Amino acid sequence: MIVPLSWLKEYVEIDVTPQELETKLFDCGFEVETLTELGADISGVVVGQVESLEPIPDTHLSVCQVDCGEHGKFQICCGADNVRVGGKYPVALVGAQVYATARDHVTVEGLMKIKKGKLKGFESSGMLCSGIEIGLNEDLYPGADYCGLLVLPEDAPVGADIKPVVGLDDWMFDISITANRPDCMSILGIAREVAAALGKPLKMPATDYAADGSTLAGFQVTVEAPDLCPRYSAHYVRDIQIAQSPAWMRRRLALVGIRSISNIVDITNYVLKEIGQPMHAFDLRNLAGKQIIVRRAAEGEKIVTLDEKEFALNPANLVICDGEKPVALAGIMGGLNSEIKDDTTDVIFESAKFMRDNVRKTSRALGQHSDSSQRFEKGVDEYATQLGMKRALHLIEELHCGTVTATGIVRAEQQDPTATRPLTVSIAKINALLGITIPDDEILRILKNLSFEPQIDGDSLTVQVPPYREDIENAPDIAEELIRMYGYDHIQPTFLAAAAVTNGGRNAAQSSLMKLKRVLCAQGLYETIHYSFYSQKDLDLLKLPADAPQRKAIRLLNPISEDLSIMRTMLAPSMVNAVIRNVRRGNDSGRLFEIAKTYHSEEEHPAQEPEEREALCITLFDGGKVNFFDGKAITEAIADAFRLQFTYRKPEDAAKYPFLHPGMSAELLLGGEVVGWLGMLAHDLTDAEVPEHAVFLAELDLTALRPHLLTELHFAPLPKYPVVQRDIALLVSEEVLCADLEAAMKRSCKSLRDVTLFDVYKGKQIAAGKQSLAFSLRFRSDDHAFTDNEIDQFVAKILKNLAKEFEAEQR
Amino acid sequence: MEKQIKAMREKIEQAAAAIQDSKEMYQLRKQYLDNKTGQISALMKNMRDLTPEERPAFGKIVNELKTWALDFFTSQDARLKAAELEKKNAAEQIDVTMPAAPHSAGALHPNTLIANELIDIFAGMGFTVFEGPEIENDYYNFTALNTPKDHPARDMQDTFYVSPELLLRTQTSAGQIRVMENTKPPIKILSPGKVFRSDDDATHSPMFSQMEGLVVDKGITLCDLQGMLDVFAQNVFGKNVKTRLRPSYFPFTEPSVEVDVSCFSCGGCGCRLCKDTGWIEVLGAGMVNRKVLENCGIDPDEYTGFAFGMGIERIAMLKYGIPNIKMLFESDTRVLSQFSE
Repeated sequence: MIVPLSWLKEYVEIDVTPQELETKLFDCGFEVETLTELGADISGVVVGQVESLEPIPDTHLSVCQVDCGEHGKFQICCGADNVRVGGKYPVALVGAQVYATARDHVTVEGLMKIKKGKLKGFESSGMLCSGIEIGLNEDLYPGADYCGLLVLPEDAPVGADIKPVVGLDDWMFDISITANRPDCMSILGIAREVAAALGKPLKMPATDYAADGSTLAGFQVTVEAPDLCPRYSAHYVRDIQIAQSPAWMRRRLALVGIRSISNIVDITNYVLKEIGQPMHAFDLRNLAGKQIIVRRAAEGEKIVTLDEKEFALNPANLVICDGEKPVALAGIMGGLNSEIKDDTTDVIFESAKFMRDNVRKTSRALGQHSDSSQRFEKGVDEYATQLGMKRALHLIEELHCGTVTATGIVRAEQQDPTATRPLTVSIAKINALLGITIPDDEILRILKNLSFEPQIDGDSLTVQVPPYREDIENAPDIAEELIRMYGYDHIQPTFLAAAAVTNGGRNAAQSSLMKLKRVLCAQGLYETIHYSFYSQKDLDLLKLPADAPQRKAIRLLNPISEDLSIMRTMLAPSMVNAVIRNVRRGNDSGRLFEIAKTYHSEEEHPAQEPEEREALCITLFDGGKVNFFDGKAITEAIADAFRLQFTYRKPEDAAKYPFLHPGMSAELLLGGEVVGWLGMLAHDLTDAEVPEHAVFLAELDLTALRPHLLTELHFAPLPKYPVVQRDIALLVSEEVLCADLEAAMKRSCKSLRDVTLFDVYKGKQIAAGKQSLAFSLRFRSDDHAFTDNEIDQFVAKILKNLAKEFEAEQR
Repeated sequence: MEKQIKAMREKIEQAAAAIQDSKEMYQLRKQYLDNKTGQISALMKNMRDLTPEERPAFGKIVNELKTWALDFFTSQDARLKAAELEKKNAAEQIDVTMPAAPHSAGALHPNTLIANELIDIFAGMGFTVFEGPEIENDYYNFTALNTPKDHPARDMQDTFYVSPELLLRTQTSAGQIRVMENTKPPIKILSPGKVFRSDDDATHSPMFSQMEGLVVDKGITLCDLQGMLDVFAQNVFGKNVKTRLRPSYFPFTEPSVEVDVSCFSCGGCGCRLCKDTGWIEVLGAGMVNRKVLENCGIDPDEYTGFAFGMGIERIAMLKYGIPNIKMLFESDTRVLSQFSE
């Protein structure tokens, strides 16, 4: 919110610099986002008086001799039509900075530095300026919009800096207001805080008015929806004379970014900014039946607002109606049908409290916003509703633009909106919460400055909560008021002086997950994090059919875009996209993993908490150099780290994995249960997205694995008897699986502790359709050392069984 | 006899000089020194043909020859082995400046590194780690945290809804309630996790991570909060870093504060990182609101507590100098590889 220093000074004496005030505001909870001097861009401009001028023949230019007081006298060429001998104008001295304007002398085109120059052979040292060139407009300073020189008052001191003369020495505070302090969404609200912070009295704006005895017969106000409008006040003002507002009001409105329209409209805007109360004015001649009815709109009811937009309404929208039709969208914008016009003579002023949530919802639903709706959305208090009306009526009289009548109607549950609320709290409790002791006299000083009328009786502190402080409810609220004004620098760090000692750290499941991440890092993998949402398009990428279970995803009601619209049911699509992104950026190799939640529900928009499962996704890519077993080495590293036995099989239903190479894909099982899949990405997928690349991809269901990841370490005694190793080469059909051979060998001999495949051969030296597999067999007994003869017998038995089961021949 | 011995010595020396291979040299050695077939051993056998008077002198000469031969062959062997080793080494010479076969060290994500660092710091102070669900109900995410339906603070965060009842949690504070409902004080928890807000621009990501801390016990004060934050800041950002509290507003804490740390880049004199203020905003915190404690069945007259929450990406970006939050979610290997420990 923009707060001009000059306006703030209307209500509180400020004897500190703008920078000191910024710090004071910051310390008590109001961050000043920017602090800028109004004339920050302007420098080196002073008041000058033209002593003589000599027209340059055949041009519109004149050569002026200008007195700039202490800065000297300068010859300046000038083309303005309003330059006069004896006139006082802003003079930009050589070296000054002012705004540059386009040929139209109106449009600002950046800044310029004034240099010594020559015009038509005449030296010119400086520039006589227009209002626009020094950053003014008609509202900020009357005469500023004239397309010529800015005429300064006769009493302007020659040679003086221009800024204080035309009000450019003002400071703009852009203050951010937290959501709990809607009462500070106004100049007066900030003034209250500044007064408290500086310990100065607050000067309230004048709200007195002398209503005449006249009334408006038959005028009625009915609030049919008090739940959405707890306070509605309307006041009749007659004999309106629409005119321009006085310069001081126009200037203030201009400083906060509001263009002056007319005295009546300006008064409503002025009260909005000053008091924080949105006001509205209806032209009485357009109010059918001299009636105001506050009600919910009928279904399909229409209104055209001041900006000539038509809206179809419904009962969720609150409207202000006359005897026949809606005349305003409550709290948002007036209707075109009751607009104030130049010939308006009788006005009904409205000052109301509309509920913030309703204004926000209607405003968002209709896409219609205004200064008023934005203010209501933050929350308006009933105190301001009353103060605002009084202030507006005062301004009517002060500006002599109408006659305030005795007809003022208030519809409200709460009779006196100025009433304070008593609240008693324990000082000991406040100090216990803060951990320091704020002296009683400081407590009294701070709360008195905040108009809380504090009284202390022993440990008991009683305050009268001002009506605009709806946020104050209990002792911690008072504690916060005290510490923000006393200063957070009084807080002395302590280290849980009174707290019990507790046992901290990760639990076993959390630790094992961290171990898993480290195991993967040790395999050279980088951890990644991807968004938890993606789109059906990402599942298209994996060629998943329309009825694939992964398609059954939870959908956001309000996604940012379709690309981020459903919750992930699997991690692989994000990982494939990461590979594509890397390859496109020229990163030709990578080993990545992600551990994240997937979300599962039968419904697109579940009402009950859905199942969140944890998944691990792994990818390897390195041009064409990655193969299935590079990836399987990683799942085996996991098995090794957690003492697990994974088994692998060709997928029973390859159609479940349309994104994988049908001959290089597997399901991963633990204890007979499928807990994941792994494989090379299908050729058609890689050819389309990352040509020349072979990509390994795997996804494991960590939720299923988790119970098995809790490893306890136990030492096993070393074997007493030595291991004997024998190598055998087998000739078997290509159809025979290595795992089946290994299992059969182990079944054949219980002393066979370990079987390791060490060579595979297919080719010319053996028959077509056959493969040669070479294994190392390691035998060991727990009770004696084997003789060669015993081992020979074991091997013979193994070969015999393999021959029977697989038609395996020894090679 | 002596002549004969001398001749044998010369013969050995001559034969050895022609040999360049240690195996050949071994054969030559055997030829003379083998116990059974060696020529020197054969000389000893000749002793039988001598008179007892001649034997001692002969024995002495032959023994001298044998000792000499042993030493000679040992030295010859050493000479050849050294030469052979030198040859072998020369043949095996490599260019050590050639590159090694690449093996990546792997790396945890910067978010995990920061989370681990924070968990280590707070675990030492007795905090346990709690992880709640990411799809939350309205009650845990908002209502129980003193943010009922029409509360102005709901506007502070743009929420993703999956249904009228459920939403993607906007803050890990949702986990606070789950813990406090089920645990009697003393409570010290740390709650890391993903959170979601409908915000997507240069500095905002619709998904990011938070770390929430909560302490509830008897006699917990704002001073304790400041003390704990000092420990945090000095561990994460450096020993000389100071913290500053300033008033702010969160519905679930009262009083609420923003916490700044003194700029660890310039030491507080003002630089680009701290936008010339000397301070960097790192987290929000406050004393747990009485209503939140009441909502969880904890007596606010008996217990007090504090909570703090920070954006993990923000800490990572500050600490590692990562310029753009989006980089953390793009999985560019050139980014990720920089975080190998």
